[in-house]
Amino acid sequence: MVDIVWLLPALPLFGFCVLLLSGRRLGDPKAGWFATAMVGAAFAVAVVVFVGLYLKAPEHRVFEQTLFNWIPVGGLHIDVGFRVDQLSIVMALFVTGVSTLIHMYSIGYMHGDDRFPTFFVYLNLFVFSMLMLVLANNFVLTFLGWEGVGACSYFLVSFWFERNSAAVAGKKAFVTNRVGDFGFLLGMFLIFAHLGSLNYGTVFGHVNALSSGTATAIGLLLFLGAVGKSAQLPLYIWLPDAMEGPTPVSALIHAATMVTAGVFLMCRINPILFRGPDTLNVIAIIGALTALYAATIACAQDDIKKVLAYSTISQLGYMMLAVGSGAYVAAVFHMITHAFFKALLFMGAGSVMHGMHDEQNMKKMGALRKWMPITSATFIVAWLSIAGVPPFSGFWSKDDILINAWDKSPILWAIGAFTALLTAYYMSRQVFLVFFGDARWEEHADAKAPAEAEATPEHEPAATEGDAAPAPSTADAHGAHGDFRPHESPWTMALPLVVLAFLSAVGGALNLPINKSTEFLGNWLEPVFGPRLHEVTAATGTKWVLFVVTLALVALGITLAYSVYLKHRVREEAMEPSILRHAWYFDDFIAAVNDGPARLIAVWSAYVFDRKVIDGAVNGVATLVRDTGGTVRRVQTGFVRNYALAIAAGAVVLFAFVVLRTA
Amino acid sequence: MAVPGAWYLTLAAILFVIGAVGLLVRRNVLVMFMCVELMLNAVNLTFVTFARMLNDIGGQIVVFFVLVVAAAEVVVGLGIIVAIFRRRAGATADDISLLKG
Amino acid sequence: MDWAVFIVAGAAILAGALGVVTSRNPVHAALSLVLTLFGVAVLFVAQRADFLAVVQVIVYAGAIVVLFLFVIMLLGVDQAENLEVEPLAGQRPAAIGIGIAGLALLLLPIAFGRWEWLSGQPSVVGPARSATEPNVNLLAKALFTRYLVAFEATSVLLVIAVIGAVVLARRPLSTERQGETVTEEP
Repeated sequence: MVDIVWLLPALPLFGFCVLLLSGRRLGDPKAGWFATAMVGAAFAVAVVVFVGLYLKAPEHRVFEQTLFNWIPVGGLHIDVGFRVDQLSIVMALFVTGVSTLIHMYSIGYMHGDDRFPTFFVYLNLFVFSMLMLVLANNFVLTFLGWEGVGACSYFLVSFWFERNSAAVAGKKAFVTNRVGDFGFLLGMFLIFAHLGSLNYGTVFGHVNALSSGTATAIGLLLFLGAVGKSAQLPLYIWLPDAMEGPTPVSALIHAATMVTAGVFLMCRINPILFRGPDTLNVIAIIGALTALYAATIACAQDDIKKVLAYSTISQLGYMMLAVGSGAYVAAVFHMITHAFFKALLFMGAGSVMHGMHDEQNMKKMGALRKWMPITSATFIVAWLSIAGVPPFSGFWSKDDILINAWDKSPILWAIGAFTALLTAYYMSRQVFLVFFGDARWEEHADAKAPAEAEATPEHEPAATEGDAAPAPSTADAHGAHGDFRPHESPWTMALPLVVLAFLSAVGGALNLPINKSTEFLGNWLEPVFGPRLHEVTAATGTKWVLFVVTLALVALGITLAYSVYLKHRVREEAMEPSILRHAWYFDDFIAAVNDGPARLIAVWSAYVFDRKVIDGAVNGVATLVRDTGGTVRRVQTGFVRNYALAIAAGAVVLFAFVVLRTA
Repeated sequence: MAVPGAWYLTLAAILFVIGAVGLLVRRNVLVMFMCVELMLNAVNLTFVTFARMLNDIGGQIVVFFVLVVAAAEVVVGLGIIVAIFRRRAGATADDISLLKG
Repeated sequence: MDWAVFIVAGAAILAGALGVVTSRNPVHAALSLVLTLFGVAVLFVAQRADFLAVVQVIVYAGAIVVLFLFVIMLLGVDQAENLEVEPLAGQRPAAIGIGIAGLALLLLPIAFGRWEWLSGQPSVVGPARSATEPNVNLLAKALFTRYLVAFEATSVLLVIAVIGAVVLARRPLSTERQGETVTEEP
């Protein structure tokens, strides 16, 4: 059963090819259903492979299948092959599962778009790349998938490329990722240089041949790749801008799957990280700081998608904190629960935007509970999950991380705990602004309706900073001006929301910390990590105290948001300082550096170094040759007697050699 | 009392060197050619000397062929000189320098 | 007796050689060449190469030098050459240097008597002297058996040389003469 694993990436690849050739003919919505069917079939295959793996004995749960030899060059042998083990099948399962739901959602969301089939072409290509990344049995094939998802991210973020901000955001995503990929490549080179192979089995089998310093270097370089892909400090800058893409893209790529690739890679290379433990410290610190940093920014954003973007960065920071603490199972657990509730949140936001005719500013929403019951119910489930309210799934996974962080360092725990407070606060803020309170959209619609004249583009530009540009509300499709009513979404969009809400609610059952037998995920994944997995050493009493403290912080966060945004006890502006609105001015800082010192360096390199040194060297060689030729050609005097002299001289030399050699 | 071969060889060597220096120093084409003939004669003398010293007729055979080839060479060489220097009066070897690089 | 012959012939050879090299007038040089050639022929006879001595006189002194004199007269290159000036810089010192070096190298093995410095594999074609047979017979025996192909090749060479000389030295045809100045210019 396990050997049908090659079907897993083959199905979305097949979907990609078919849609590439005849997507336009299939049209809206058949192209979408076809793509969904392919990914759904891939999910079914993943289930079958999982069952096949489950039926094997725990020691035998690693299955390698090689399709063909890809690069046989000298000492480098790279195959296209798959490694099905407990970790990769878990990843494949939730990637294909969540992807199927999002494909279905996209059918409704992208309905009416001119390039509807193209969207699904890219989505299928993305799923194929992600599966290659996850199932690969060697670093190079993983890198293929890594770059593939990066490319698809670029395609999809700049899907509406007619809008300049979208095109720019796509480029930013790709270029920032490339900075990280540079680290990934160097890490691969180091591994190959020291171990002579890039196959996971071989590398991890011989990891003790590396010195601790080399392993640390490799770990840090590969982590640099993860920093880019999983949007950690300082390479997170592409993710908020990537919200320019359609919301299903944000849900799939920038919440559930692509951004988790970095965490997955860290889990995959856990033997290398164990061999160079300093890397783990770096990962933990960066993860914790990223979590805190992004959470602070999310507290002051008005764009519904930007809040979720920074929230994603923050949650990814949690996952890296878990990895750094050696709690790989906690990281994977949080990855899964996060996929559920973050995809749900994004899709819910998309549903809200769809119903509000593409309004994205939360300050112009409110009281949507009445108009969008399904959306708001599912969104609330996701909110409770991400905030960390038991018994929803997010609580269990976040608590798992925090306990392991406490074992690593109480300071890291403190950062994580404070971030939990902020998470509860900003997510509650979002829910209260959008679904509760006053219906602020009515006042805006009335004010804008008489002034509105032109048909606006279907999807308006997203704000780059906290304050959304006030766009004219598109009251086109829904009757005359002033007759603006939000509405619920079609079933293709609502069904995935319900499914994900269910999963967000009960997902905690995967790894309940009650006793060994309920920790399904932990038991399943344990052979992958072995002794490198951190076992919690805190006493049960400590665990209960931490549990209560976390709950208290969550309650505090929710109450604070309630009092500011529903009861209006504190002015909103006081809680949203400008520095947070502008994301600590980090993007502005980078722009200033690039326009200043970086530009100077570039100008110097182009006009001074390149012209004088490099061109000078190249031209210098030519000049040298020419001048040498000019000098040497003076031997050719044209006079026969000079030539005769040369011949005679040569003859004398040869003769001298012959005569004197034996003398 | 026969003269030892070494003396003949020395004589031939001196003759050869005189011919070589003459070839390099003179500008008149015909005189240069005559110096070449000097060198060839020196070689002939050497071969004949060795034929006597080693009691081998092979040396004389070589001289025979050298003689024939020298004759042919003179014929063709003078033909070339005639062809080149027909119109020029007082031409020397230094005047043909069109191959100057 | 042999010594006397050697010394006289040697003196003639060297005098003729120096005459060739130092004469201003090419006709004088040609006549000096004749002196050298005769001297060499005498030394051939002294070394029992009779046939070659005769051939030397007939071919070299008789034909080749005459050819030289014909060309001298034909081309009018009988003017004296100015031997004082040397237009090419460094030619004379270099030539003299080479001369001295060459001479030294040539005389070295002779002085030390070390022929093995210069010689290769020994091989004997046939005896150079015989009590019964004259020199011509010995020469002919080797020439027409062992070196027959080379002999035939030299006859071809002579034919080619004749043809070449005719082609090179002929005057251009009358049709080419109209408007020609360049065709036969080298």
